[in-house]
Amino acid sequence: MTIPMLPFRILVFLLSCVPLALLLLDIATGSLGPDPGQTVTETLGLSALQLLIVTLFMTPLARWTHWSGWIKVRRMVGLFAFFYAALHLMAFLQFILGWTDLWATFTKRPYIIFGSLAFLLLIPLAATSTKAMVRRLGRRWKPLHRLIYPAVALVWLHFIFQARSDITEMVIYGLVVVFLLAIRGYWFGWHSLVPLRAAKRR
Amino acid sequence: ESLEFTAMPGFSTDEEKTPYEDVTRYNNFYEFGTGKGDPAQYADEMSVDPWSVIVEGECDRPGTYALEDLVRPHDYQERIYRLRCVEAWSMVIPWIGIPLADMLKRFEPNSRAKYVYFETLHDPDQMRAQRSLFSTIDWPYQEGLRMDEAMNELSFMAVGLYGKTLPKQNGAPMRLVVPWKYGFKSIKSIVKIRFQEERPKTTWEMIAPQEYGFYANVNPEVDHPRWSQKRERRLPSGLLSPNWMETRKFNGYGEQVAHLYKGMDLTKYY
Repeated sequence: MTIPMLPFRILVFLLSCVPLALLLLDIATGSLGPDPGQTVTETLGLSALQLLIVTLFMTPLARWTHWSGWIKVRRMVGLFAFFYAALHLMAFLQFILGWTDLWATFTKRPYIIFGSLAFLLLIPLAATSTKAMVRRLGRRWKPLHRLIYPAVALVWLHFIFQARSDITEMVIYGLVVVFLLAIRGYWFGWHSLVPLRAAKRR
Repeated sequence: ESLEFTAMPGFSTDEEKTPYEDVTRYNNFYEFGTGKGDPAQYADEMSVDPWSVIVEGECDRPGTYALEDLVRPHDYQERIYRLRCVEAWSMVIPWIGIPLADMLKRFEPNSRAKYVYFETLHDPDQMRAQRSLFSTIDWPYQEGLRMDEAMNELSFMAVGLYGKTLPKQNGAPMRLVVPWKYGFKSIKSIVKIRFQEERPKTTWEMIAPQEYGFYANVNPEVDHPRWSQKRERRLPSGLLSPNWMETRKFNGYGEQVAHLYKGMDLTKYY
């Protein structure tokens, strides 16, 4: 069975829009509660983390299902993650900080520093996501895009450093992230060990 | 249920009140979850009738008191207080209740009573977040005041808001209101009161002493390590009109309470 690529691409596009659409709907109907700025900022941040995790699922899914369609939509999902992260940052500046207290916030508060570093790491990835850039970077593209691994780890730190008392949600996201990074480590080890073993046997 | 009360304009702000819907649907009551909507959703799992309070420690009339015996003898007052959360948002709430001092005096605290300790109900069957595996709170929730703080005329024991019985998510049937301190000092659903000589350890202080102190007086000059305390969002806030305002020392109640802290370094005793 072959899955047609275009409808799949459109489906993934629409699904990636859902968090924003729901948020806009809540804004339009005034159902965000008495502190909407806080809610908008948190929702956008969580959506960014979720989409980052989705992009990290694409390679394993492609391997397990033997279907390259997952890889073909990965870039789009990654760009959506960046888009949500950028909106999250703007919402934080506008609704939470009101553009005041910038220096102290971005130099003194560890969770803000983690989040900012993660966002800085995502910028070159988003900027080099066009076909032309992929071609121009050639073999350097892939190592560059491995920055997604430290980025997602920083995002998770950004998340758990905001915990007040109950870290259940952070633990669940953390387990998923660790799993996704661990299978990379496993594959990486696997591939580098295979020729080594063969060499030893000889 | 509607309550009868006397309005206390001398103790009330005339600032615009936060609507009832917001006061009762946007809560921090971690026994029911960390989401702001969790308490309104799950507090119904707690039963508040009958309710009794254990009074113990350095006083002449310890014992187990039924709620009715604690609050009925007094006339209810309405006090419209500002509530400033440590998370940098604030509300204006019309509380119904009695002065804390009136209640505490009936237990006849003795001369060794330097502090008063309060405790929230601990019952994981009724309070779902107390069943969480990954909570850092060592239940029950615990708070305390220095005796002179507790006896200050502003300290209030609330049993209602907006003229009605306190909703469960707001700490029914009886909660503390200490308007010059961050909201977490105003402990909800109280089941124990203890007079003691040594300063009690409080819940947030135990979790993160570098972030939350025993005193927890509202103070724009002392930042929380994770966010600034200089300003607050008065709720309801909007996306286009965030309703920012400057935070005032002691939440604007300095005239009544500043003398309690004379000579104390408030950057150290935060």
